[in-house]
Amino acid sequence: MSDIASLIHPYLSHGRSGLLPALQAVQAEYGWISQEQAAEIARLLHVPLAEVHGVIEFYDLLHNKPRKKRTLHVCTDAACSLRGADQRLRDLSADPTLAVKTDPGEELQVEPSPCLGLCDHAPAMVLENGWEWRILGSNGEWMDRPLSLVGGTVRRITVRCGNGRTSLSAYGGYRAWNRAQQLSPQQVIDEVKASGLFGRGGAAFPTGLKWESAARAEGWPKYVVCNADESEPGTFKDRLLLADDPHLVLEGMRIAAYAVGASKGYIYLRGEYAYLRPILEQALREAQEAGLLDGFEVEIRMGAGAYICGEETALFESIEGKRGFPRIKPPFPTTHGLFNKPTVINNVETLANVPFIIEHGAAAYRELGSEKSPGSKLFCLSGDVAQPGIYEAPFGITLKELLEMAGGMAEGGSPQAILLGGAAGAFATPRHLDIRLTYEDLRQASLTLGSGVVMVFDQRRDLRQVLLKIGRFFAHESCGKCYPCQMGTRRQAEILERLASGRLLPGDRERLEDVGWTMSDASLCGLGQTAAMAVLSAIKEWPELFTPS
Amino acid sequence: MSETFTLSINGIQVTARKGQTLLEVARKHGIDIPTICYHPATQSNGLCRMCVVEVEGMRLLQPACVVPAQAEMKVRTDSPRVHRARKTILEMLASTADLSEAPEIQRMMQAYQADPSRFPEAEPRHIPPIDDNPMYVREYSKCILCWRCVQICAEDAQYTYAINFSGRGYHTRIDTFYGLPMTATTCVFCGQCVGVCPTDALEPKSEYLLEQGKYPFPFR
Ligand SMILES: Cc1cc2nc3c(=O)[nH]c(=O)nc-3n(C[C@H](O)[C@H](O)[C@H](O)COP(=O)(O)O)c2cc1C
Ligand code: SF4
Ligand code: SF4
Repeated sequence: MSDIASLIHPYLSHGRSGLLPALQAVQAEYGWISQEQAAEIARLLHVPLAEVHGVIEFYDLLHNKPRKKRTLHVCTDAACSLRGADQRLRDLSADPTLAVKTDPGEELQVEPSPCLGLCDHAPAMVLENGWEWRILGSNGEWMDRPLSLVGGTVRRITVRCGNGRTSLSAYGGYRAWNRAQQLSPQQVIDEVKASGLFGRGGAAFPTGLKWESAARAEGWPKYVVCNADESEPGTFKDRLLLADDPHLVLEGMRIAAYAVGASKGYIYLRGEYAYLRPILEQALREAQEAGLLDGFEVEIRMGAGAYICGEETALFESIEGKRGFPRIKPPFPTTHGLFNKPTVINNVETLANVPFIIEHGAAAYRELGSEKSPGSKLFCLSGDVAQPGIYEAPFGITLKELLEMAGGMAEGGSPQAILLGGAAGAFATPRHLDIRLTYEDLRQASLTLGSGVVMVFDQRRDLRQVLLKIGRFFAHESCGKCYPCQMGTRRQAEILERLASGRLLPGDRERLEDVGWTMSDASLCGLGQTAAMAVLSAIKEWPELFTPS
Repeated sequence: MSETFTLSINGIQVTARKGQTLLEVARKHGIDIPTICYHPATQSNGLCRMCVVEVEGMRLLQPACVVPAQAEMKVRTDSPRVHRARKTILEMLASTADLSEAPEIQRMMQAYQADPSRFPEAEPRHIPPIDDNPMYVREYSKCILCWRCVQICAEDAQYTYAINFSGRGYHTRIDTFYGLPMTATTCVFCGQCVGVCPTDALEPKSEYLLEQGKYPFPFR
């Protein structure tokens, strides 16, 4: 067997779908993928050469040029840049040993990164060394897994988070799964429908309806996919659930699989969360050995550095071994999903709500939250709050209460702007502090909760710099498939560069609006459709920022 | 005979057959919807979004090239929202790619009163021409990423898979395996990609040389 053949041996039987894991395996060994190695992978997996190249080129974490084996990823996104990340990147780029003097070894390269999902550890850095990823804390300490601050007024889905124990015995068995097996699949679906649970990945789609549609769809096999690609800037709640309570998520997946009749499941884990992989593998092993997953095979797939692969159809393409181009919808995943088969795809937090619903019933679930937004939500607080972290609270809590929970503003500042929903979200202002955080209240105010991001900027901050970060993020992450977003994210970022450096040209505001509305109205997927939300909301709130000086 | 039904486009009642797209129905009835990436020989992927239309009850504009016509639909192909999107897409395109040999797109720019210099200081996709084979030259500064060449080279016709993409987003470009010259790829020089390219980004070498003021054939 060739060197490559033995390295990618476990993926040979997957065919095209084994392409990403194969590329990742070779790169973990050599640090990059040479032309000869790529050609060998193409031959072994029967993928056209040009397409292998196209796939490597799509993903930030795959490389086809020689480079040092270790990479220090320095987050320079909005929340981290408030804490000096840009200066840190400059210092480290000049002298990488500043970061790794505790860990001498091979050379490394320093690279800026989009949000690493470590906003509670800002300024965040992660060291990549093959399959091994470690977090470098803000005090210079190494961490194999992130320690998270968990707070809030209720502990329903975070009940075991923060206690440092993730074993099956600490979890105490899959009680909800036992109960589910006493119900028919339809009864499970009915319970989830009655609970009013809706998706926590951003689109807020009713979970029960999604399951029902997949259960009724023709086609076999069926799949359940756990979307653990968490890459929305400012979001780090799924990281908490996966790190601190992996069995909760697995149990949710198991119940979903039963409800829709799925025999295979995937967890698509964000590449930059590679340090969570051993935790998930351990939990998976325990659950398998205890027979809890009988009839349901679960595979972990790693993302490779592409925000767009959190979009459900792009995620399927990625598992299928392709560039992460979103598909045209309809058809929807519930009938034509992964491998074109009926598929339920749910966010980590959505799945983590399922065991409670099945164990305690929909009525108990509805004791928290509002009629239309039942249950609790994980809020990711970051930026200028005293205690950034994850806070669980019932829907309906106000922004003000949430900020108080996080210890109020850092250094006695006062809030200027609050980015709700992440880069794909919109700005709230002090005027919105009393708004109740439910989907219905926020929609009325033209705001969104998205994945639960609450990023706070105090009165000292220059919002134009924040907008620039957002603009650069989307320009970097657009997949390039459809014209409005492919070019619009770029044109938007260029104008925001001018805005941030005080060089706005006459007509720039109108350009931002035309580009923004065109992306929102005509883009193929949710990325382009939301890429101008923050900018357009800022134009509405602070028009004076957009007048050329 | 397959099922037929009626829908309204710009207030006019038209008939359609099940399975037809809005674009097909509109064009059959002489209603103009502009397209750039669309080509009858390649699968529609809804890339250029020039064909977007307003459909009553839908929050976002809909790409007519892929949306199936349905009974009772109310479609507008010329609303202010549609116009704004098309004009802006054209203006962005003009700031991105060299459209000098794309007369159809230039005509659209006139029709939509799109300003080719709407975006000052915009960085175009500048890529030097690649002249690496006897048959055609690749000038990707003119490429508008319509994907036709990639598709015709793959499942839509040739099953040769000589070309695919590199980069992502704005910096996506059409490329070979590790950027190898065409002659080192699986390319069989069937010329189909050249035939479908709408902007002369792929151009027969003889034409390219003539444009450069060079006589394309060696003197005997
Ligand atoms: C650009 C983009 C990125 C997304 N990223 C994520 C993500 O990281 N995690 C996630 O759960 N959903 C993400 N989504 C939403 C998914 O497409 C999908 O709606 C979600 O996984 C469905 O799960 P839910 O119904 O449980 O929320 C993203 C959507 C878009 C458009
Ligand atoms: S909206 Fe952006 S990310 Fe989505 S398909 Fe279009 S180019 Fe790709
Ligand atoms: S080279 Fe021509 S056919 Fe190919 S994508 Fe570019 S414009 Fe389209």
